[in-house]
Amino acid sequence: MSATFDTKGKRSALETRRRALSAAGWVLCGFAFLLIAVPLLDLVLTIAIKGASAFSIKLFTTSSNGVKGGLLAAIVGTAVLSLGALIFAVPIGVGAGMYLSEYGQNRLGSVIRFLSDTLTGVPSIVLGYFSYITLVIGLGWQFSALAGSITLAIMIVPYLARITELSLRRVPITMREAAYALGAKDRTVAFKIVLSAGLPGVITGALLALAISVGETAPLIQTAGWSNYLWTGKLTHEPIGYLTYVIWTFINQPYKSAHALAFAAALLVMLVVLAINIGVRIVLRRRI
Amino acid sequence: MKRSGPFRLCLAAIAMVIPAALIFIVLFLAQYAWQAIFYNGVRFVGTINWSLGNLYANPVVSRGYHVPIGADYGILAFIVGTLFSSFLAILFALPVAVGTAIFLAEAVPARLRPGLSMLVELVAVVPSVVFGLWGIYVLAPLISHDIGPGITAILGFIPFFNINNSTGSGFGLLTASIVLALMITPIIATTLYDALLQVPRELRESAVALGATRFEVVTKTMLPTVRVTLIGGVVLGLGRALGETMAVLMVSGGALNYLPGTIFTPISTMASFILSQLDSALQDPTNMAVKSLAEIALVLFVITLAVNAAARVLVRGATFVRNL
Repeated sequence: MSATFDTKGKRSALETRRRALSAAGWVLCGFAFLLIAVPLLDLVLTIAIKGASAFSIKLFTTSSNGVKGGLLAAIVGTAVLSLGALIFAVPIGVGAGMYLSEYGQNRLGSVIRFLSDTLTGVPSIVLGYFSYITLVIGLGWQFSALAGSITLAIMIVPYLARITELSLRRVPITMREAAYALGAKDRTVAFKIVLSAGLPGVITGALLALAISVGETAPLIQTAGWSNYLWTGKLTHEPIGYLTYVIWTFINQPYKSAHALAFAAALLVMLVVLAINIGVRIVLRRRI
Repeated sequence: MKRSGPFRLCLAAIAMVIPAALIFIVLFLAQYAWQAIFYNGVRFVGTINWSLGNLYANPVVSRGYHVPIGADYGILAFIVGTLFSSFLAILFALPVAVGTAIFLAEAVPARLRPGLSMLVELVAVVPSVVFGLWGIYVLAPLISHDIGPGITAILGFIPFFNINNSTGSGFGLLTASIVLALMITPIIATTLYDALLQVPRELRESAVALGATRFEVVTKTMLPTVRVTLIGGVVLGLGRALGETMAVLMVSGGALNYLPGTIFTPISTMASFILSQLDSALQDPTNMAVKSLAEIALVLFVITLAVNAAARVLVRGATFVRNL
């Protein structure tokens, strides 16, 4: 651009240097992008290839004995823990998000918002330890599905609250005014108008929260324990297996079969996490 | 319209569950760790020796509490491991994140931007245990066989960078830091990317009119305006790195009671230590070990709380939940 002022058609040394530096800068930026993109692709490919080669019918129909076998118990356990977490977290998270979006434009609202962000930032291991001393030891539930679910719920409630708030806020204020003008009560406006208009956003939040729960490990080790056996339906006093535990422990065993199970479990977890995150992003972008 | 009907109070009560949970976490951790806090005193954060003592002998009374003989709880090594690995992670992540954000915001055609920025966002959603698996299977061997000897060849005259002064297993400070860097780069990059897209058009046009090249427009006029947001993003990433557990536990090598002598030496962080030691701490009949672990959790909680509060002050409206 600056060259248009140069009547001789030759660049000065300074300008040549600036252009060279800029070109080098762009190359470095592209390289930086590769530094983050290549590990992700390598990670996804490695797990896809190693995991897929371990897939078989047996993987989904039998449970593991610790070194080989299938992942049935772990798959069921992950489903129980994650869905259990959603059962606790959705009413609270959506309710809190609704409060923040509809009536939260005050001091209490900002305090809750701040503390909710703080809770999101608390390391999951600290939440796990809290649940360990209160639920597992304190209430005497021992390692159990209920303790694990509640711990996951504490983790995802602030996410749900925040995403619900953001999506409900996008509902036009005129819709609320129209409903109030027709004589609707607070509750009717909140549920029938605002929540139903903002429902896609709330579902998005619940899905993202599900992805977080499925991939979580550390707090579950302290609250859900581990079991090779299929969950019998007891909420307390019975440890429960889950996929992320398989990834963590089986990779450190000296058996090929155990490694294969670890990669298969990682592939299952990644499939859920990536499917939810990619799907949500594509749907949201299309709507906008 | 009434100011507060029963419905609003009901919703407010539900919303209060979040602050209540946070307060419960602090109170119960503090209450549980109370004896350990008094027993350990300042030596807790100032000494390196963590020892459960003799669990088979009868507990003795030491400093007014029943503890196993020889029990000593000092977590300085884990504090150093936590801070050192997080610091290195930021050192690696910052330039990569800045480059990535500039690349996405300025170099990529608008058509490709959603896809490529999604790629970066996806790095942030990979579960930490999967990063750990990749670290064990791909990164640690790579560091042990290629990167480590490479660094040693160039910087080996400095003992700190010489792989021969360590076990050379590939599990250690550097591996943990690289995995942490991968996890926090997207946090910093997306924060910066969002901010770069918000820079006023006029600012850019003025710089172009002054004859700046496009790269100079980005680095000399746009980056300075988003500097505070960038720092906020870094602090946000720091908060994540400090509390990261699984990935670090899997690739750090799990050091006990020594400080890292090289970047290839195994380390332990506070978070990974809490998890790896719970089983052995439970063997302590006096419970002082488990309570000391609770004290570590409390210290970690306080540190991340301060870091995240700082990030929030720096990035207005910063949350871990991005507005998609």
